[in-house]
Amino acid sequence: MKKPELLVTPKSVDHIKALIEAGADAFVIGEQKFGLRLAGEFNVNDVEQATTIIHEAGKKVYVAVNAIFHNDRLDDLDDYLKDMQRIGVDALLFGDPAVVMAVRELGITIPLHWNPETIATNWFQVNYWNERGAKRAVLARELSLDEVVEIKENANAEIEVQVHGMTAMFQSKRSLLGNYFLYRDEVMEIENRKENKNMFLHDKERKNKYPIYEDLNGTHIFSPNDMCLIDELTELFEAGIDSLKFDGVLQTEGYITTVTNCYRQAIDAYFDNGEDAYDEMKDELLEKIEEIQPAIRPLDTGFIFKETVY
Amino acid sequence: MLQLIENEKIRKVVNGKRVITKKPELLAPAGSLEKLKVAVHYGADAVFIGGQEFGLRSNADNFSIEEMREGVEFANKYGAVVYVTTNIFAHNENMDGLEEYLQAIEGAGVKGIIVADPLIIETCRRVAPKLEIHLSTQQSLSNWKAVKYWKQEGLHRVVLAREVGAEEMLKMKQEVDIEIEAFVHGAMCIAYSGRCVLSNHMTARDSNRGGCCQSCRWDYDLYENVGGEEKALFNEGDAPFAMSPKDLKLIESIPHMIELGIDSLKVEGRMKSIHYIATVISVYRKVIDAYCADPDNFKIKKEWLEELDRCANRATASAFFEGEPSYKQQMFGFHAPKMKWDFAGLVLDYDQTTNMVTLQQRNYFKPGDTIEFFGPEIDSFKMEVGQIWDEEGQEIEVANHPLQIVKFKVDRPLFKFNMMRKENK
Repeated sequence: MKKPELLVTPKSVDHIKALIEAGADAFVIGEQKFGLRLAGEFNVNDVEQATTIIHEAGKKVYVAVNAIFHNDRLDDLDDYLKDMQRIGVDALLFGDPAVVMAVRELGITIPLHWNPETIATNWFQVNYWNERGAKRAVLARELSLDEVVEIKENANAEIEVQVHGMTAMFQSKRSLLGNYFLYRDEVMEIENRKENKNMFLHDKERKNKYPIYEDLNGTHIFSPNDMCLIDELTELFEAGIDSLKFDGVLQTEGYITTVTNCYRQAIDAYFDNGEDAYDEMKDELLEKIEEIQPAIRPLDTGFIFKETVY
Repeated sequence: MLQLIENEKIRKVVNGKRVITKKPELLAPAGSLEKLKVAVHYGADAVFIGGQEFGLRSNADNFSIEEMREGVEFANKYGAVVYVTTNIFAHNENMDGLEEYLQAIEGAGVKGIIVADPLIIETCRRVAPKLEIHLSTQQSLSNWKAVKYWKQEGLHRVVLAREVGAEEMLKMKQEVDIEIEAFVHGAMCIAYSGRCVLSNHMTARDSNRGGCCQSCRWDYDLYENVGGEEKALFNEGDAPFAMSPKDLKLIESIPHMIELGIDSLKVEGRMKSIHYIATVISVYRKVIDAYCADPDNFKIKKEWLEELDRCANRATASAFFEGEPSYKQQMFGFHAPKMKWDFAGLVLDYDQTTNMVTLQQRNYFKPGDTIEFFGPEIDSFKMEVGQIWDEEGQEIEVANHPLQIVKFKVDRPLFKFNMMRKENK
């Protein structure tokens, strides 16, 4: 059996070095003008520098160009794609078909990963986008384990699944926080908090707290819990999932590094020493994560063991 | 300022007078067979309906294949067409039965499907090639290059994301030769459609398969987290954080959309009443017809705008068509229902010799109430209700049974499908 890739989201160029130490195999970076909800902001120079470091370590770097594009960003997208080609990153994450078009027009040879988040829900779509150039599909977080496994069994592309971190639930083009402060005639509050990503919505009925922030792409709202599958990885290993992702958006560098290392240990235990070795250590790894887990962010297993109705 | 697209397909000059040669389709929602008939009768060129599978709005009545066939026959008599929404993002388990379903829709005479998932696009092309394929707004289509992508994939039409503005539509039309459908009226998502799973996370109901519980319409409290301390960002008595958008209303932008060459103007609302559909469709019908007949002397009439307000139960705004929406296009704080008129009855028959209307009751009314009749064949008029009789000819003091058949005297002629509304005091 092939070891799955451990994919993480660094916050800075320096952070990448720590994450290589901690055992990450691959990295998602980029900037908000082209990519959605990134853990860190990396301009083109940063990407170039990061790529050098990552490639020297024999690891992979993927750049997010998965924004929902409007006409006004298409010209800049072309330039950006050419920059990425020159730098030689290992993959481009996309959701918008405009990226597929631009890549074809410009003769970009970087592999594509299809990552539209919420709508990647069945294996037919995976194969559809594979025929149009996607080497990998990143599945929606709102799928059950059975659905994930069935997709992998029928997919012609690599499959990436999130195993840890929060889930983006919502993207509006509107400035929802700004509008709330404007409505209350508190323009200063917007200025004071523009760069802060520490706000949340309290849902009293469900006792949930949903992180919320604004950027170039609009307003983003996140799940109240952090997904954590550190002790539930066996079936994903057996299914042969190609990449396990830890999305570190809105987490600290220290947290991301520690959690990355826990997943490294889990993957190595299973693949180097067998299922029993993993079973023996998984509770300990979970405890380790629980120790550093922020009180405001309960852990759960996402939709892996939860069905949705409609 | 109207932006004109240079295109002789949209307009020409006849005897020194400009006329619009490309009239856009007026597309209405129809949650049931009755609503379909009303929409077509009141002037829709096309209706979109939901079937019993593969569509969003799992709470709507939705059509059986037999009802679709009947709906298509009714619509075709008026020269109108029917589209079926099959716009879920499927999970693996939803793949079963898709081929048979699409073939049945095709067999019922439906013109096209509105679809988001490539699974359904590709399956339709393979098993039901006579159906047109329209890309749903669930694909958040926001730029001309993506429009070009779907054109190359062989789609007949794209429905744009609701976040697309006039200038962006102009560029899409210039760059790509494909039919464009845009929303003009009704409730809308505040998120990019398809990119919201609040409902999944809050209530385990899948929004992209029709289970949306409308979490975006709820109130929340906004806090900030400062070093582990939770600090409220509101004071006692402040309106809570809300993300509910005002409903879309682009009645005054219709001329601009026509000049841009938008192919289909879409009204949202498969869950709305026949009164709502009749009112909205008839007003948009009048505006489109008046503008196309004489664009240079067109002026929107105050009475059209007032008429449209009669069925509005929420505040309205222009959203992204006219530029980025401000906070004034959202609903904050307490919002009382705005409806000034209630739908009170549907005309079944009118006897010219006795001046007696036969009406199906849709809301409580009694002698002395001020009511208004409207419909495509008549000019709206108000009157006071006199004596009322039931089906057996017994005089009644009040019409208070839903769907009860009643009769009373109306001096002016009425026609089947005309509607009666009552002022809400």
